[in-house]
Amino acid sequence: MLDLLWLVPALPLAGALALLAGALRFGKRTTTAIGVGSAGLTLAAVAAILVQYAGMHGETVARHVFNWISAGDVTVDFALRLDPLSAVMLSFVTLVGFVIHVYSIGYMHTEGDRAYARFFAYLNLFMFAMLTLVLGANLVVMFIGWEGVGLCSYLLIGFYFDKEYCAAAGIKAFVVNRIGDFGFLLAIFWAFKVFGTVDFAGMATALAADPGRYAAAVTPIALLLFVGAIGKSAQLPLYVWLPDAMAGPTPVSALIHAATMVTAGVYMVVRCNFIYRLSPTAMLVVAAVGGVTAIFAATIGLAQNDIKKVLAYSTVSQLGYMFLAAGAGAFAGGIFHVFTHAFFKACLFLGAGSVIHACSGEQDMRRMGGLAKKIPVTYWTFMVATLALCGIPPFAGFFSKDEILGRVFAAGAGNLNGFGASYLVLWALGLAAAFLTAFYMFRAVYMTFHGEFRGTPEQWHHVHESPGTMTWPLKILAAGSALVGLLGVGTAITFGTDLNWFESFLHRVAPTVEVEHAPALATEWVLILLSVAVALAGILLARRFYSGAEAFAAPQRMAERAPAVYAAVANKYYVDEAYDRAVVRPLGKLARFSWKGIDTIAIDGTLNASAFFTEIAGDLLRFLQTGNVRNYALFVLCGALAAAAWLLL
Amino acid sequence: MRADLIALLPELMLATLAMAVLLAGLASGKARHGLLGAGAVLALAATGVTLWLAAGATDPGAHFFSGMFVLDHFAIFFKALFLLTAALVVLLSHDYLKRNDYRPGEYLALVMFATVGMMTMASGVNLAVIYVGLELMALSTYILAGYFRREVKSHEAAAKYFVLGAMSSGILLYGLSLIYGATGTLDLATLARVLASAKPGPSALVGVALLACGFLFKVAAVPFHVWTPDVYEGAPTPITAFMSVGPKAAAFAMFLRVFIGGLAPLAASWIWLVGVAAALTMIWGNVAALTQDNVKRMLAYSSIAHAGYALVGLVAGGPAGVNSVLFYMLVYTVTNIGAFGFVILLESRGYAGETVADYAGLARRHPAAAFGMLLFMLSLGGIPPTAGFMGKLYLFAAAVNAGYVWLVVVAVLMSAVSLYYYLRIVLQMYLREGDGAEPATLVAAPWTERVIWACGVAVLVIGLLPAPFLAAARAMAGAVGLL
Amino acid sequence: MISTAHVLVLSLALFTLGVVGMAVRRNFITVLMCVELILNAANLNFIAFSRQLGDLTGQVFAVFVITIAAAEAAIGLGIIVALVRLKQTVNLDQVNVMEG
Repeated sequence: MLDLLWLVPALPLAGALALLAGALRFGKRTTTAIGVGSAGLTLAAVAAILVQYAGMHGETVARHVFNWISAGDVTVDFALRLDPLSAVMLSFVTLVGFVIHVYSIGYMHTEGDRAYARFFAYLNLFMFAMLTLVLGANLVVMFIGWEGVGLCSYLLIGFYFDKEYCAAAGIKAFVVNRIGDFGFLLAIFWAFKVFGTVDFAGMATALAADPGRYAAAVTPIALLLFVGAIGKSAQLPLYVWLPDAMAGPTPVSALIHAATMVTAGVYMVVRCNFIYRLSPTAMLVVAAVGGVTAIFAATIGLAQNDIKKVLAYSTVSQLGYMFLAAGAGAFAGGIFHVFTHAFFKACLFLGAGSVIHACSGEQDMRRMGGLAKKIPVTYWTFMVATLALCGIPPFAGFFSKDEILGRVFAAGAGNLNGFGASYLVLWALGLAAAFLTAFYMFRAVYMTFHGEFRGTPEQWHHVHESPGTMTWPLKILAAGSALVGLLGVGTAITFGTDLNWFESFLHRVAPTVEVEHAPALATEWVLILLSVAVALAGILLARRFYSGAEAFAAPQRMAERAPAVYAAVANKYYVDEAYDRAVVRPLGKLARFSWKGIDTIAIDGTLNASAFFTEIAGDLLRFLQTGNVRNYALFVLCGALAAAAWLLL
Repeated sequence: MRADLIALLPELMLATLAMAVLLAGLASGKARHGLLGAGAVLALAATGVTLWLAAGATDPGAHFFSGMFVLDHFAIFFKALFLLTAALVVLLSHDYLKRNDYRPGEYLALVMFATVGMMTMASGVNLAVIYVGLELMALSTYILAGYFRREVKSHEAAAKYFVLGAMSSGILLYGLSLIYGATGTLDLATLARVLASAKPGPSALVGVALLACGFLFKVAAVPFHVWTPDVYEGAPTPITAFMSVGPKAAAFAMFLRVFIGGLAPLAASWIWLVGVAAALTMIWGNVAALTQDNVKRMLAYSSIAHAGYALVGLVAGGPAGVNSVLFYMLVYTVTNIGAFGFVILLESRGYAGETVADYAGLARRHPAAAFGMLLFMLSLGGIPPTAGFMGKLYLFAAAVNAGYVWLVVVAVLMSAVSLYYYLRIVLQMYLREGDGAEPATLVAAPWTERVIWACGVAVLVIGLLPAPFLAAARAMAGAVGLL
Repeated sequence: MISTAHVLVLSLALFTLGVVGMAVRRNFITVLMCVELILNAANLNFIAFSRQLGDLTGQVFAVFVITIAAAEAAIGLGIIVALVRLKQTVNLDQVNVMEG
């Protein structure tokens, strides 16, 4: 079965080609059979391969598919590589991918046949590119997948191309990602020049044999690769495209912009951990960008009213956690968070899709409320995923987030690479972000599912639970969100017994960078309790502010009946007001500043300015192209004079 | 003598058949488009077969006509590429000429004569032979650019192309005369020997500079690119497609042969000149393309930029550099012919269908053709899995290995810039609806469509499985002595 | 005795006249004459060098160039005739529909 590894990317590609070959003229039934069928077959193939692989003790299996570029001293094979790291990625990419394909049957059923076929063709194409990215045995194959997922993302963000902002969002995603890809490409060239190969195994061998020889090249290569990761995984300062990317259909947001593609940057960093671990500077940069992004995006999440935007900023923030982990040397921990995040964030997005579906396309949480009664399945699955995201035990996010915070703290306390103080600061940022995460997620839950409905009566009348093709995926992902954390239970939680299957599985390809003095068990327990306490505090604060009955409705009734009682209630209201002044408004201001100030002015401004100057340059060149032959002749004459002068002098 | 004639047989045959097509065109009272077009394609195919036979019957290392002419692998590669280009252009022209009501006889004959000139350029190892081939190609294309004589733009293209082309070839010739005076030879191998043995004087250096100017003019490199946008815009579109690939590839063939071959001893002098020209060309071409609204004009600037990329390979030099230029020429040929094919398809009347806005909503109305154009734009932008990506990867890898990292940085940056204008067309096709009373539609042009399909398949196949093509290019560039 | 240097100075003068003329003259026919000046400047060089080197190649090449120049002039005149028919002018400054 391992020899059939090439089938894994080939199956979805075949699906996409079949849909395109049909010139997108198939009916919905045929499209579903091809599109979802190929995703199902891929899942089956991956399951068979992984079952066989499970007995191989984490060996690396490389399968050479064909000799791809071979000329002179440049040789690149189209080779696939199955090792514990790609096996983990493979498992959740295909599982979540398949589940989202199924979900899309229900979600996209109102589209026309052509759009439906186009959607599934893109989705299959995306699966192909993503699996190529994951399985690639060298940087070039990975880059092909990297560009491929970017292209599909761009096509799918602009899926509703009749809407202006969708097209604009697509362009924004594309432009921003080009900056990242530029770094990635330079890193590939650089690595090729230095190592003479871009094969992961080859580079790792070369580095292991003689680390001193490559000492000078390691940091720039690592940083350039990280530029690519920043673009793809939406980190500061290139995160701006991801919130806008929510213009695409919700299943796309769930699959591409939450569970799989955006984590490609983390995967790449972990994949190249043999480079990163040799460069303390690059490690610290990765951790710092991740940690700062985690808190930064979380503050913005506080001020959003669009349910998908909340989740988008949450994704940016969680991706920051993953980089924070990788930068602190917890490569397996970072991938573990990628893994659990795929389940609960996909579940949240699909839940949000179900809500939007129920509310006839409404995305603004200010016009929702009380939906729990009408769409219970969506509510409960959303709740499970939210608890997982907030890091409440025993849901999946608790284990992975705890692992990350624990490792970052250990890196700080153990003075990793001599940057101990920096890691401690990053740990504090991570802890604060955990508080904010719990707060904004429960704010979303209360605004959406609790209290009174704030939309129109027609909308309320229309609210209905989604069909089975949509609720079953939610249930599966919710079950995953609840359970997959048990694969990586931290050592401290089990009082020193090593049950962390996830980390030991990944140890061969992505060993954690151990610090000399690991914190004591008691310290670790304090950390665990602290992170749970912080999450609970966030939840309680959200409950106080946004579980509506006491805050809005009750004071008004009481004010009419009994002014005396009203004073007491009003007093409570003043407390809220004080909270509001002390916490929410400053946070809101900070959020607005981060959002408006940095996002709009600094980043959009830079993009616009560079576009502006290029246009000016273009106009200047147009001006030189006068249309007059004599001027052209003068050009040639001056050029000839310059060339002659150059060679003579 | 017999061996000489065998080596020259493909050119002789094509020239003879071109005259036959010319006469047949005059003889047929009413223009017989189908017959003449089929005749031209068959003539090109027959020349291809002859080329194959002649290559088999001669020794690739041998020199003919007193050492003026060779038929090595390098020449065979380029000749095959020229024949392919000419055949595709003839097919593209079929529906176009018919629709615009111009007689095909002279047109087809001129395309064939230009091809003979290009083939001669690829085989010449004597500057005189190369110059004669160059002029045959140039004179034929001057006329072709102005072939639509009732169109003001077409005529203007011919006038501008003629004036500037004549000027550049005059400068080139003057450079040749100086080199001849300084070294006493026009033979490339002798030239290399003489230049290697003695330090060249100033007159030889000026000669080389003027020669470089003439060559840079032919490949449309900055600052000798000024003619390109106007000529490409004005010329009949199939001729624009032809000029953007055929003569450009031929110019690169002679550029490689003369500079990497005969002038190699002076590399230290000219390499920076060409390197800076390459960088300027990439920057100028891409930046100027950004603000163009006319698609033909945009593609003209794009082709300037692509000449810059190919020059990077020339600067890199060595087997890998030459090899990468050959491969890039192949990639660029199929991509650009495909892209212009789409423009031809869209041109419903006269010069309509040329502005970017005309592409709005085409994906919905013509999904297959739009997908082809998407492929061509991605390939020009260098995005995998298309051929353009492979071509650039290989060019840049050669340059990095040769130590020209700064040039590759410029090239990669400018490739990123170029995506903006290539994707503008894709966006128009896929994301916009055609507004206005009369959205542009594709005209029925079966042969044009077939060419687009063929190019689209080639772009994908080369992009996904470049190994055999690269291997072919490497085998062809094997004798990198080029002399 | 006329030395090679004398011829070279003459040819350089002709070449300069030619290229500068092409850049400053408006009349298409004058421009065509400038082209001939450049080509014949090169021819003079070839012949002078041929005499100096005692090598016939230069002279033969000059004959080739004369032939090519004739073809070039014919095409140039053809384009001028078409210009006159289209616009009733030989002024190159009026050939400026396309720009930018």
